[in-house]
Amino acid sequence: MESVKDLILRMADDALIIGHRNSEWTGIGPMLEEDISFSSMAQDKIGHAQALYNILHEQFNMEVPDFIAFRRNASDFKSCQFVELPIGDYAFTLVRHYLFDHAESFRYNYLSNSTFLPLKSLATKFKGEIKYHTLHADIWMKSLTLNGNEESKLRIQSAVDELLPYAMGMFELGNYESDLIDNGIFVGELALQNKWHSFITESLNSFNIKVPVIKEGEIKLGGRRGYHLTELENLINEMTEVIRTDYTTEW
Amino acid sequence: MYGGGYIFSEPSDKDQKDHIDDPVKLQEFEARIDAGEKIEPHDWMPFEYRKQLIRLIEQHAHSEVIGALPEGTWITRAPGFKRKLVLIAKVQDEMGHAQLLYSAAETLGKSREAMINDLLSGKSKYSNVFNYPAKTWADVTVIGFLIDAAAIVNQVANAKGSYGPYCRALERICYEESFHLKQGHDAFIALAVGTKAQKDMLQDALNRWWRPIIHFFGPSDKASVHGEKLMRWKVKMASNDDMRNQFLDMYVPKILELGITIPDPNLKKNESTGRWEFSDPDWNEFKRVINGDGPCNAERLAVRKFAEESNRWVRNALLKQTMKQTIPYA
Ligand SMILES: [Fe+2]
Ligand SMILES: [Fe+2]
Repeated sequence: MESVKDLILRMADDALIIGHRNSEWTGIGPMLEEDISFSSMAQDKIGHAQALYNILHEQFNMEVPDFIAFRRNASDFKSCQFVELPIGDYAFTLVRHYLFDHAESFRYNYLSNSTFLPLKSLATKFKGEIKYHTLHADIWMKSLTLNGNEESKLRIQSAVDELLPYAMGMFELGNYESDLIDNGIFVGELALQNKWHSFITESLNSFNIKVPVIKEGEIKLGGRRGYHLTELENLINEMTEVIRTDYTTEW
Repeated sequence: MYGGGYIFSEPSDKDQKDHIDDPVKLQEFEARIDAGEKIEPHDWMPFEYRKQLIRLIEQHAHSEVIGALPEGTWITRAPGFKRKLVLIAKVQDEMGHAQLLYSAAETLGKSREAMINDLLSGKSKYSNVFNYPAKTWADVTVIGFLIDAAAIVNQVANAKGSYGPYCRALERICYEESFHLKQGHDAFIALAVGTKAQKDMLQDALNRWWRPIIHFFGPSDKASVHGEKLMRWKVKMASNDDMRNQFLDMYVPKILELGITIPDPNLKKNESTGRWEFSDPDWNEFKRVINGDGPCNAERLAVRKFAEESNRWVRNALLKQTMKQTIPYA
């Protein structure tokens, strides 16, 4: 079941890294309410990562979640480069949150019908939480585009332009696509990407935001195969600053 | 968290010198307080009562916001899922407390925006403890255990005060703080019973935090001119010394039982008076820090200013919207 393991690791690593990035907004958000929203979403994402690592631990004899998350090198991570990018300004964070959570929402929707039962039951639970994340993203996207001013529209448009090539990297094909599809475990990255892309195209257009055309060669791939931004290494160094001083003790 | 060591303004302030309240209304007001009634936003209240309450609640709200910063920087570095998730949730609670408290203060007629401006300009204060750095993970456990514990002593007292909206906010806050205390204690114990390196790290953190903790409740209130009136109006519910004594009663044994020492050779309870005695904690340092000259004052305000300025475009974009009414400034 290398295929399932690989799929779960990709999803868990994405959730851990985006959760880490969201948590960086603590204390510096545009308003208290947004600090609270981002820290709430960060908790959900990091909690999702932990639960997914736990499937790997229980079903595939991998180490415990703390070990998987805090004791690997960057090159062992399967996250996409999209989630590794630093938080940027609020427009950048919001657009990433919007693009990422709509993909997650479709992904967990599909997975809630997975033949792999541990994933099916987690997906059903996560779906409910992610609904609030996409709702939050949509409200803010609308506020800063249709209901915003010239500056906020420009900032959102340029964040979309900058982020879309990275966002498409979320759907980088794994080595086991046909295995996952044939066994009814997951619908596959390609189908997910199509579903997501037609949704965000319509949705962004409704916000008067143009969707740039991304050529095949412009998509930021590699994360799923261990090729990461240097920012991931920095993030991991920071994340393990305390725990790596002694992996053998309780903290 | 976090309230304590409030700086009430003294009657020498120019803007209130000439203000004289209607004596009949004042008498009715004081009778209501004596009868244990809560005062609500639209009730008549003395000028001085409103003014001191705004200061009190505002300082408390700022303390929650600034208090999120020293711990917040450790979220990304917390060792393991359990501590990380607990810490994010805790810091999120503190921001929620700020939100509740700003709303309570707004019922007295000062906008959140005005309060934030006064925070950034240095005009309004916040708890002095947050002007000290959180240097190691052990500092996070000391804050989570002992600063939250101190804050609870203070907030439980204030929750019995006379102003309805503040009391109701505090009830919810105290409920959440009790979890912070429990989790802080748990993380503190993990280090205290851990490896030698962990224990040393914890001892070092406590050594650095002890004086700020003694400062937390503020100087003896004998020095305050209108302590008495504020107590009578149930704005101030317990003297600084009484709260400090209560805190030491409850937590000194909990620290010592873990084999951690307290860096004050003169700390002991005088059994005949029931009062704790301790070395002079240098109240001049307290005054210096609260007036802006502590190790982290500039850094803390710089972070808030950065948040304020780099995100101004977001709030500007929201200005013309109907959301304006429901999304206040932070
Ligand atoms: Fe609090
Ligand atoms: Fe707290």
